[in-house]
Amino acid sequence: MSLKTNRDHRVSPIVESLPPSGIRKFFELVANTKGVISLGIGEPDFVTPWHIREACLYSLEQGYTMYTSNSGLPELRSEITKFLVRSYELDYDYDKEIIVTIGASEAVDAALRAIITPGDEVIIPEPSYVSYMPCAVLAGAEPIIVDTFARDDFRLKPEHIERKITPKTKAIILCYPNNPTGAVMGREDLEEIAALAVENDLIVISDEIYSELTYNGRHVSMASIPGMKERTILVNGFSKAWAMTGWRIGFAAGPEDIIGAMVKIHQYTILCAPVMAQMAALEALKNGGDEVEKMVLQYDQRRRFVVNRLTEIGLDCFEPRGAFYAFPSVKITGMNSGEFAEELLREEKVAVVPGDAFGRAGEGFIRISYAASMKNLTKAMDKIEAFVGRRVKTVSNLCQV
Amino acid sequence: MIVRKRILELLENDSKLTDYQISTMLGMKKEEVKKEIGEMEEEGIILRYSTLVNWEKAGVEKVSALIDVKVVPQRDVGFDEIAERIYRFPEVRSVILMSGGYDLSVEVMGKSIKEVARFISQKLATIEHVQSTMTHFVLKRYKQHGVILNDKEKDRRQVICP
Ligand SMILES: Cc1ncc(COP(=O)(O)O)c(C=O)c1O
Repeated sequence: MSLKTNRDHRVSPIVESLPPSGIRKFFELVANTKGVISLGIGEPDFVTPWHIREACLYSLEQGYTMYTSNSGLPELRSEITKFLVRSYELDYDYDKEIIVTIGASEAVDAALRAIITPGDEVIIPEPSYVSYMPCAVLAGAEPIIVDTFARDDFRLKPEHIERKITPKTKAIILCYPNNPTGAVMGREDLEEIAALAVENDLIVISDEIYSELTYNGRHVSMASIPGMKERTILVNGFSKAWAMTGWRIGFAAGPEDIIGAMVKIHQYTILCAPVMAQMAALEALKNGGDEVEKMVLQYDQRRRFVVNRLTEIGLDCFEPRGAFYAFPSVKITGMNSGEFAEELLREEKVAVVPGDAFGRAGEGFIRISYAASMKNLTKAMDKIEAFVGRRVKTVSNLCQV
Repeated sequence: MIVRKRILELLENDSKLTDYQISTMLGMKKEEVKKEIGEMEEEGIILRYSTLVNWEKAGVEKVSALIDVKVVPQRDVGFDEIAERIYRFPEVRSVILMSGGYDLSVEVMGKSIKEVARFISQKLATIEHVQSTMTHFVLKRYKQHGVILNDKEKDRRQVICP
């Protein structure tokens, strides 16, 4: 190493190399526009169900204000294992194979840091949630981006990744149901990817944070595919299904050696997840099923409405089967994602997220979150219709000239 | 039947939803929704499309009382006949047969305490077979038909997030 150390850099060049979070300029534009109807929000519009909030209040009254064990309250870890058994018939040891984290976010970060040796390659399918690539880079990995396509309903196909696998490939990050596309992967889709993972001895980090939000058909966990449990780090949490984003609580389940390594990192960097959020999560798992079901029903109804309207408007949209996003193409308007989002905001005061915020494979699409009231969805769709109507007319006029 | 239940749940929560909205939300044809709703109106399943009003906020004075009514049930017709004699009065907002210490729970609404009190003493208490009444005046409504009247919860989310 050169003696001329890096004092020139106050901020680490690795951090500097990371893209500024998402598309900050556009975000600021939205924040500075008054009276916006936002379909750009990646979190539930529901407030956490009252019984969960009430359980937290009760725990505070009882004096639950201390650190917990590093890996989380044993009762909560035990409830998490029960959840995994009843959802996917997956059997984990709550003592050695579960860690409670600060949201799925920390779980993804710790998982990457636990397995990466600098120089390892990590495959990330795009369009993708924004934090995987930066977390991989911070862990010292080389992110290998693979594109997925609307023609495959944004599912990951083995032929997309086969050619990208090298001797340095360590892991694949999967996120289904997907943010931003709403895509899901069925058992057979997962089996094809699993075969590659087994053949090449890869670890799969499976972010299943939207697992409970699926429509027509239940979620299948990657860890439940034969041969995958020993090589899958299953990440999940409470933010989406239980509408608990602000509580910052999630978990990971996986093989003992990897979870052990994650606990080691977590014990030095985090110590433990906040106890009040853990108490709330415990209540969510024990008694939250009915509320989740009600919210899923509402998301499903809005989803059908939005997809129907988008199709009528003429924005091509594959049917999203999970999460709370629709990901229509804006190609007929002749605009790219960024232009579409900015001009829609300026002219109609409707905010959507341009697809390229989720990687280059998202260019030409916009993400519409239907975690919004029917009233706002109805208004926003009418406005999008008017906007697209004007643009498409202009495009056809130009063609005639 | 599940279709009817879903339509009713949607309308109970927002009777302004259009046939188009309901049909797309439930994955049905618009004509089917129209037909089901029409039939349910005919059958008296859907009674009316009303509005839930916070009268206090509207600045309109309304006085309500909940009255526990004890009655002597009548041979053959039980409570129904007495209930009918009570619910025919337009001042009466609701009549419910209860288990427990009394029989009918009657809600009466009027413009003033005096008006409500007069109705109870002159009309309600004097009905044959009404044994006793116990009147509770409503002081404040917090939640009605599942809706919190002065809800402090609002959308506190950031306007945009990934
Ligand atoms: C795919 C995905 N993973 C993880 C997260 C973050 O979840 P948490 O709140 O549990 O950290 C989000 C939130 O938007 C997400 O969309």
